Amino acid sequence: MAQDLSFVEQMKSKVGLELEPRVYEIEKGMIQRFARAIGDTNPLWQDEDYARKGPYAGIIAPPTFILTTGFEQIEQLLTSNASGAVLHGSTEIECYHPVKPGDAIAVAVKIASVRERQGGQTGAMAFIAFDITYTNQRREMVARCRQMVIAS
Amino acid sequence: MIGQLYYEDVESGSEITALTKQPTTRQLVMWAGASGDYNPIHYDKDYAQSRGLPGVIVHGQLKYSFLGQLMTDWIGERGSLRRLTCSYRGMDLPGEVIICRGKVTRKYIEDGQGYIECSLWLENARGEKTVTGTAVATLPTR
Repeated sequence: MAQDLSFVEQMKSKVGLELEPRVYEIEKGMIQRFARAIGDTNPLWQDEDYARKGPYAGIIAPPTFILTTGFEQIEQLLTSNASGAVLHGSTEIECYHPVKPGDAIAVAVKIASVRERQGGQTGAMAFIAFDITYTNQRREMVARCRQMVIAS
Repeated sequence: MIGQLYYEDVESGSEITALTKQPTTRQLVMWAGASGDYNPIHYDKDYAQSRGLPGVIVHGQLKYSFLGQLMTDWIGERGSLRRLTCSYRGMDLPGEVIICRGKVTRKYIEDGQGYIECSLWLENARGEKTVTGTAVATLPTR
């Protein structure tokens, strides 16, 4: 990567780029770890016996769990390039189908746009929008997401 | 479990049952592991300060997930969260109490399904709204 390009210029050159798709196999333990990290004790996420009698006939993941698949790709891209702090601007998800243990979720991340704004002491800041789609093994799109990240 | 909420139970202006959180640094580490967000500003104080922050700060997406829990706790298991949009407006530090709140802004029936739209926010002990957002969910009808 050219060293003389600013971070913002580097990111601008990547608009439209799709990161290499990855498939995540969803395990019960991942969902459990996620629910515990939030402190969310809803038995629908963790208690097999309880969830079996519910509307999904088994455990499902909390809706925001989907964000954890593929985020590392965004993180790696930004932290390997940005010199300053990387902060979150906004997150939007639309959920179409529940995610269950045993699902294989294909995550496609696209760099949708890069806007530049002159900051104070930190110099130029980049507002980078990522569009992410999540598709299960039945080719159903389970969710889509837009993440806005601010980096300098 | 809390009883199921029905479409007929809510009106525009109805308040969502608040959810209080007090994330510790330990919880931030648990979140880093569970989410894959290993940005060191959330667990390495020296690093965070070298990047101009007051110390380690709570992950935006953890706060986002708190607002997700606010919704799923309230709508019950026969409700379904369809959309959640949040903007991160301020930093929260571990150890501080944060309260997730929201209210219904609109309700409507579409294709025989009951929908609610909500405005959500997360406020800290100083009354600052550090996350604001909106949600759309479906609720069962009686």
